[in-house]
Amino acid sequence: MKPVILWSDALIYLLVIALACFFYQLRKDPQTRERWAEVFSSRLGMVTFTVIAAYIAVALLDSLHFRRALDNPEGVAVEEVFYDNKVTSVFDLLTGGMGERFERTYSAPFALISFEKENLKDARGNDIRDYPPLRHAGQHLADPSQHAADILGKTLTALLWGLLLSALLIGPQWLLLRRSRYPWHYSWMVQAMIFCGGVWMVSLSRYYHILGTDLGGADVLYQSLKGIRTGVLLGTLATLIMLPIAVTLGVMAGYFKGWVDDVVQYLYTTLSSIPGILLIAASVLLFQVYIDLNPDFFAVGMEKADAKFIALCFILGVTSWSTLCRLIRAETLKISQLGYVQAAHAFGVSHTRILARHVLPNVVHIILITFVLDFSALVLAEAVLSYIGVGVDPSMGSWGNMINGARSELSREPTIWWTLTGAFFFMFALVLAANLFSDLVRDAFDPRTSLRRVEA
Amino acid sequence: MFAYIVRRLLYAIPILIGVNLLTFTLFFVVNSPDDMAVSQLGDKYVTPEAIENWKQKNGYDKPLFLNPDAAGAARLTETIFFDKSVRLFAFDFGRSESGRDITSDVATRMWPSLAVALPTFIVGIGVNICVALMVVMFHGTRLDRGAVFLFVALMSISYLFYIIGGQFLVAKTWRLVPISGFHAEGQVWKFLILPVLVGVVAGIGAGARWYRTLFLEEANQDYVRTARAKGCSELTILFRHILPNALIPILTGVVVLIPSLFMGSLLIESFFGIPGLGSYMLDAINSQDFAIVRSMVFIGSILYILGLILTDISYTWADPRVRLS
Repeated sequence: MKPVILWSDALIYLLVIALACFFYQLRKDPQTRERWAEVFSSRLGMVTFTVIAAYIAVALLDSLHFRRALDNPEGVAVEEVFYDNKVTSVFDLLTGGMGERFERTYSAPFALISFEKENLKDARGNDIRDYPPLRHAGQHLADPSQHAADILGKTLTALLWGLLLSALLIGPQWLLLRRSRYPWHYSWMVQAMIFCGGVWMVSLSRYYHILGTDLGGADVLYQSLKGIRTGVLLGTLATLIMLPIAVTLGVMAGYFKGWVDDVVQYLYTTLSSIPGILLIAASVLLFQVYIDLNPDFFAVGMEKADAKFIALCFILGVTSWSTLCRLIRAETLKISQLGYVQAAHAFGVSHTRILARHVLPNVVHIILITFVLDFSALVLAEAVLSYIGVGVDPSMGSWGNMINGARSELSREPTIWWTLTGAFFFMFALVLAANLFSDLVRDAFDPRTSLRRVEA
Repeated sequence: MFAYIVRRLLYAIPILIGVNLLTFTLFFVVNSPDDMAVSQLGDKYVTPEAIENWKQKNGYDKPLFLNPDAAGAARLTETIFFDKSVRLFAFDFGRSESGRDITSDVATRMWPSLAVALPTFIVGIGVNICVALMVVMFHGTRLDRGAVFLFVALMSISYLFYIIGGQFLVAKTWRLVPISGFHAEGQVWKFLILPVLVGVVAGIGAGARWYRTLFLEEANQDYVRTARAKGCSELTILFRHILPNALIPILTGVVVLIPSLFMGSLLIESFFGIPGLGSYMLDAINSQDFAIVRSMVFIGSILYILGLILTDISYTWADPRVRLS
C-alpha cells in the first residue's frame, strides 16, 4: 500500500486544522461563545449540524487515498513492488467494495435481472432474447421467489447491527454530555439514524444494488456517496480561496480610503459586471486546453482529474470574491469611524496593528456568515456547471455528472428514475441542512437580526 | 439628474475597458492563438503551416498589442487587440469561428430569450409577492414557520431538478404541452408555458422568503404601530401601509435584473430548445467558440451596468427622499 496525497486532500485537511485552530481561539471570546451557544441550543441547529458533520466525515474519509500493492505474478520473484493504477480511499474500504461490483448496463433498484434484453442461450442451447441475471445481485438466492423475504430479513438484521453500533458510539457521548444544557439527544437520534442507514447500505449492497446501476453498470448508490466528497470539498475550498482576496482588499479599501478604495471598487465592479457563468466557463475551458496540451504532468489519471478540480475551485473563488469584498469594505468604513479606532490612531498605533487588533476581529462575523451561506450555493452550482460541461472531471464522481448522464433517460419507457433519485436525495439533504444551519448562524451572528430580536 | 446619468455613463467606460482587457488577457495571453489553433484543428492535423493557415483565416496572424512593421496609427490598429477587442465598443462583433455574423445572430436570438424571460420575471414577482403576503398575514403562527421551512426546502433543490421534473410531469406524463421546441409563428404560447412555469416555481423559494423578510422589516416600523393604535384592521395595514412601502426595496432590487433579461437563461433555453441567447452561449462554450463568448461577455457587462444605472434612477422615482448627486 502506498499513500497518495492529492492536492485537494492536503487542502481539505489543512482547512480542517485551520478551522479547528480558529474555533479554539474563538473559545476565549465570551460573546462568540454565547452566539454559538444560541445556534446549538436550538433543536434545528443540533440536527442540521449533525447531518453536515456526517457529510464532512464521509468527505474526509474519502480524502485518505492510497494505491494498492499488486500481487506479484506466480513464480516471478521481483524485489520491486508494483502499485495499482487505481487510487482507492479509506471510505471505499468502509463501503466493502460497493464500487467494485459492475454490471453490464442499467438495472433497477434491488433487481435480480438486467434492465435490457440480451441474446442468451436457454437450458437446451437455443438462442433466446431475455433479461440476463445480474452478476452481483441475488447470487445467494436459491430461488427468485425468496427475493422479498430475503431483503426484509437482511434489512432487519442490518438494523439490529446498526442499533448496536449506535449504542457503542453514542453511549460514550451520553456519559460525557448528559448534563449538558444543549439538546444533544436530537443529535443522537440523527446519529442513530445515520449509523443504521450506513450499516444497512453496506450490508445490503453486498447482495443487491440498492439504487440500481447506471448505463455503464456502475452502482448508483456508490456514485451518490462518492459525490459527497466532491460537493463538500468544492463548497469549502472555493470559499477558502476567495477569503484572503476578499478580506485583504475589502479591509484595505475601507480603511485606507482614497485611491486604494477607488482601485478596489473599480476591480470588483468590473469583475461583477461580467456574467459569472461565462467567466467561469471561459476560465475552465482555457485551463482544459492548457492541460490537454501538457498531458505528461500527472502520474495517474486521478491526479489530472484532481488538478482540474482544484482549478475549478480556484476559478470559482477568484470570480466570486466581489460580494464579500463589498460587504467587508462597507463594514470597515463604519468601524474605522468609531471612537476606539480614532483613539488608537491618536496613540500612534501602527496601521497593521489597528487592522489586526481592532478592525479584523469585527468583520469576522461577516466572513463566517458568507462561508456558510456560500457553501450551499456552491454545491448547487457544481451541478449546473457539470451540465454546461465545465464542471468536475467525469472520472470524479459528482452529483452534477450523475444528473447530466441521466437526464435524457426519463423519456425512456419504463422510466429510469433511480440515478436522478440518488443524486437528488444526497444533494438535497446536504443543501437543506446547510441552508437551515446557515440561517441559524446568520440570525445569531448578524447584529441587525439579533438587535431586532431584542426589540421584539 | 441628467448630469448624474451622463456621469454614470462615462464611469461605465473604464469598467468596459477593464472587462475587455480581462477577457483579452484570458483569451489571447494565457492561451496564445497557437494553442487555440491546435485545439480547434485537432491533434491530427497540426503542422506549422496548418496553424499559420488557421490563424490567417481567422485573423489571428497579427501581433497582440503593438505592430512594429506598420507605420503611424496602424502600429496600434493592425493588432489582434484592436481587431478583436476595441471593435466591440462600436458593437462590431465580427464573425464567429464558424464564420457566422455574430451581430445578426444576437439580434435574431434576443427575441426568443425575451419571450421566455420577461413573462417569467413578471409572473414570478407577482406570485412571490402574493405568497409572501399570505405568509406575513399568519406571522408568528405555526403556518408561518412551516412556510419558511418550505421556502428553504424549495431553495435547496437544484434548478436542474425543477426543469427535469417539470418536463417529466407536465410534458411527458400529463402530455399537456410539448416537451421542448419553439415555433415563431402560430402557437408560440404552447412552447412558452412550461419554461415560464418552471422558472416561476423554481424562484418561489428564494423570492418569497426574501419578500417576507422585507415585509416583516416594514411591519416593525413605527408607522405600522401607529396605524394599529388608531384602529386600522390588519388587512388595511397590510395592503395600505406595509405593501406600498415594501415595494420600494422590492422594486429597486429587481430593476437591476431587467436589462439582463435579454441574455435569457442558459439552462431553461437549452433544456427547452429555445433558440435564444442563453442557448447561443451554451453552444459557444461547448464548441469552444471564443469569438462568441467574448462578444457575449461584452454585451452582458453593458446590460449589467445599465441595470445599475436604472436601479439608481428607480430609487429617486420610488422614494422622493433620495436625490442623486
